Amino acid sequence: MGQTIIEKIIARNIGAESVKPGDIVTTSVDRVMLDDIMIPFIADKFHEMGFSKIWAPHKAVLIYDHLVPSSQIDDIRHYKAGEAFALKYGIEHVHRSDGICHQLMTEAGYVKPGDVVFGTDSHTTTYGCVGAFSTGIGYTEMAAILGTGNLWVKVPETIKIVIDGTLPDNVMSKDVILRIIGDLGADGATYRALEFAGAAVERMSVSSRMTMANMAIEAGAKCAVFTPDEKTAEYCGITLNDFQRNLIGDRDAAYCRVLTYHGEDFVPVMACPSQVDKIRSVSQLEGLPIDQVFIGSCTNGRLEDLKMAAKVLDGKSVAPFVKLIVTPASRKVYQEAAACGAIKTLVEAGAMVTHPGCGLCCGRAGGILCDGERVVATNNRNFLGRMGTSKVEIYLASPAVAAACAAAGKIVSPTI
Amino acid sequence: MGMTIAEKIIALAAGVPEVKAGDIHTVNLDRMMSNDGTTHLTVDMYHNRLKDPKIADPKKMVFIVDHNVPSDSPKTAAAQKKMRDFAKEHGIDFWEGKGVCHQIMMEHYVCPGELIFGADSHTCTYGALGAFGTGVGCTDLLYGMVTGTSWVLVPETIKFNLTGKLPEGVYPRDLMLTIIGEISASGASYQVMEFCGDGAKTLTVDDRMVLCNLAVEAGAKTAVFEADEIALDWLKERGRKPKAVFKSDEDAVYVKEYTFDLSKIEPVAARPDFVDDVVPAKEVCGVRIDQAFLGSCNNGRIGDLRVGASIVKGRKISDHVRFLVVPASRQVYLQALKEGLIDIFMESGAIVMNPNCSVCWGSCQGVIGENEVLISTGTRNFKGRAGHPSSKVYLGSAATVAASAVKGEICTADMLKD
Amino acid sequence: MEKFTGKVWVLGDDIDTDIIIPTEYLALKTIEDMKQYGFSPLRPELAGQIEKGDIIVAGKNFGCGSSREQAPEVLKALGIRCIIAKSFARIFFRNSINNGLLLMEQQDLSGHVREGEEITVVVNSHVSYNGKNYPLASLPENLVEIINAGGLVKAMRVRNGLERV
Repeated sequence: MGQTIIEKIIARNIGAESVKPGDIVTTSVDRVMLDDIMIPFIADKFHEMGFSKIWAPHKAVLIYDHLVPSSQIDDIRHYKAGEAFALKYGIEHVHRSDGICHQLMTEAGYVKPGDVVFGTDSHTTTYGCVGAFSTGIGYTEMAAILGTGNLWVKVPETIKIVIDGTLPDNVMSKDVILRIIGDLGADGATYRALEFAGAAVERMSVSSRMTMANMAIEAGAKCAVFTPDEKTAEYCGITLNDFQRNLIGDRDAAYCRVLTYHGEDFVPVMACPSQVDKIRSVSQLEGLPIDQVFIGSCTNGRLEDLKMAAKVLDGKSVAPFVKLIVTPASRKVYQEAAACGAIKTLVEAGAMVTHPGCGLCCGRAGGILCDGERVVATNNRNFLGRMGTSKVEIYLASPAVAAACAAAGKIVSPTI
Repeated sequence: MGMTIAEKIIALAAGVPEVKAGDIHTVNLDRMMSNDGTTHLTVDMYHNRLKDPKIADPKKMVFIVDHNVPSDSPKTAAAQKKMRDFAKEHGIDFWEGKGVCHQIMMEHYVCPGELIFGADSHTCTYGALGAFGTGVGCTDLLYGMVTGTSWVLVPETIKFNLTGKLPEGVYPRDLMLTIIGEISASGASYQVMEFCGDGAKTLTVDDRMVLCNLAVEAGAKTAVFEADEIALDWLKERGRKPKAVFKSDEDAVYVKEYTFDLSKIEPVAARPDFVDDVVPAKEVCGVRIDQAFLGSCNNGRIGDLRVGASIVKGRKISDHVRFLVVPASRQVYLQALKEGLIDIFMESGAIVMNPNCSVCWGSCQGVIGENEVLISTGTRNFKGRAGHPSSKVYLGSAATVAASAVKGEICTADMLKD
Repeated sequence: MEKFTGKVWVLGDDIDTDIIIPTEYLALKTIEDMKQYGFSPLRPELAGQIEKGDIIVAGKNFGCGSSREQAPEVLKALGIRCIIAKSFARIFFRNSINNGLLLMEQQDLSGHVREGEEITVVVNSHVSYNGKNYPLASLPENLVEIINAGGLVKAMRVRNGLERV
């Protein structure tokens, strides 16, 4: 009997020949990600549980991103809690202002294909872009992992999503994942793994795959995974070993559902307020005036996203009285975008480029809105009240769509 | 009888041949600037307190969103929206996210000889171009907005005769802090600080902005330099023409005169919680810091970023320090980007923010926590200004701030080991 | 079999963790500081109305969104005895179990029950409302173990010899 990618990763991790959906197994954790919002709570639980050392300090990565730069005096308490915890237990991988956790985990080489990784943030699903099994957990479970190195998981069923053909020029992987979430529904993949395959997926950059793995959680998925290929190897700076090369869903693997799409059928879309699965094509929404555009987040704040936005905005200006906020996903992305001229183009068009971090996506600063305002944003959630008051309308879109909207001051389709 | 520059500007604005200190005059305002700190209050008063509100001349108004940029709460967002909607409705020049208000005013509006009100205390900055800029509250601004006029009490002028040239590694900020330390935080209350002398000729317009900007920290109503060739060239490069170019008369009356020899100035720092508690920077070396801030309308210009970048280049910011680098405007940012300074800062581990007031204003991104210590190129070090009431702020030059960020404790640039 | 009765608050589908406790309040010092903001984007008055022992009945995908464990902790701090929904998002589900907050899936109840009325829950068996019984599935064994241990923290304390079962 064949296996899905996730089944292969979990089986190898627990040293079993194979596993099947529904099995409850104890994994040995390869890496954990702790973020700034959760660190004081993780530390408290860790102490309350009575642990005195971290099972493998080098496997822990502590990242400040939600609260960088500080916007409330209390934010500093979280940095201090992080410093104290890292010092006491010997965590050396600490990123204090280098960007968003999910960007850094793969970009800085902490996650490799086939790894089992947990993080205290729901978008930990992102690392499936390099063929890892990764998912978000709460701070209590994180504390338990830090003490024991283990976590139980129920082997998920897998939904296979095949996208063949070629995507149109004005369609980005964001449009693809939004459409899929719309089709699955916000709970359509709950407890399950998404496995992506097909010619269009193979052609995608690791960054584009990241966008899709990142948003799998918005369909309720436990994780999402792509087969590692040469692009993955290059991105991770490794040569794939046999196990990693074999992270392909077997032909005779058991999938609970298979969805097949043709790349050519995709169009630019948006998730409308206030559900991520309320998907409409951009053409249906054209003309709606907007107040702000946000390009950034762990979903769409990477180099290719900023380059795309710069391409759309080259020689244009942001519409009068409209704000464009650009928040690169990491320090490296910022520097690369500066080196290639994308930052210059964006700033000349009128963008405010902020320091890398979660920014507006997590709703604590970075462009908060008020009653009656409408924002087009490239991040992952448009929940009620996420970017200010509950009377703010959030439309999620690709960077190409977002940039086009910024120039027009209203919702429009991008022409690439 | 002779007049000072400030008196001449007021006389022109009042349409009278002569004014003297102590007179009260009605003046025509050349321009009014209001930022997101208070504009929403002015707009509220405009709508709720006036019978038949109208704006005398929208072309004289400039609205600038710079204090909380991008917006960090529904409350600031609502205040900014009110401002944006009002500007849109009345055809007022509106700037958002493009820089700190005084920097934008200098880059795009201020001309020698103008009388300008700004609803912000550091409006005195405009004296760098030989204009009379002064900070007012929102009631004064509202009156100016609807009438185009206001009244001013002609201030006395103090003369600051500058001689010599600043030594290498010493900056206008050290000079101005030294002056404030000497004359005290109330040393120029209600008065004008006029800077002149050979030393003034060694200062660029950007340098002069540093001096004028901090004048309010000595209590001054404003500060002013003569619009000399340096200023006029600067203006010309930006395609603007002066309203009037004034020199103080030989027999002008000064209430007091000081002389400062620039060559004797050394790096200094203002200790918490007073701008006039100024000591040689060496005296505060070794104080452990949590954050360093390079930016503000006082010290966030290209020259300041060049100084900062030259110090952090090839070095790493101390692990326990958050080093905020905040260009004063989009122009400054783009220039810094072009020169590779942004990359140097990013490489060093600094936090490079979009142009805004940042922690100098203290109620926005960059706030510091309980018992934390900040060394800053901002304008003020008042108790609790940068965040938690127990936090402390030291003021120093861009060089001292950048060097301290690397070392993790206050130090001067010459103390950094390679 | 554990049995209890409580007053019901009825919520819809896709109640996300940003609604349960918005990010804005996540850096407050304690759960006690946070709990007054529970549900504030959706029903700002609700946190003040919930009483100890109340039960939430909701539609599908309750707790979707972020991994913030503050969400179940806030609900517990508000006094919520248990949540009965058509389905739960998985991270929220794990976090709730780990904190000893009881969650049960039931497909039909949310369409029938009216807010403010009382229901009786018999754990692992059924809910009684208005003279009718709505069946409840049993929890998986490994989760029952965590709940029986008194939550994951307690289980770890036992493991580390700080407490006995």
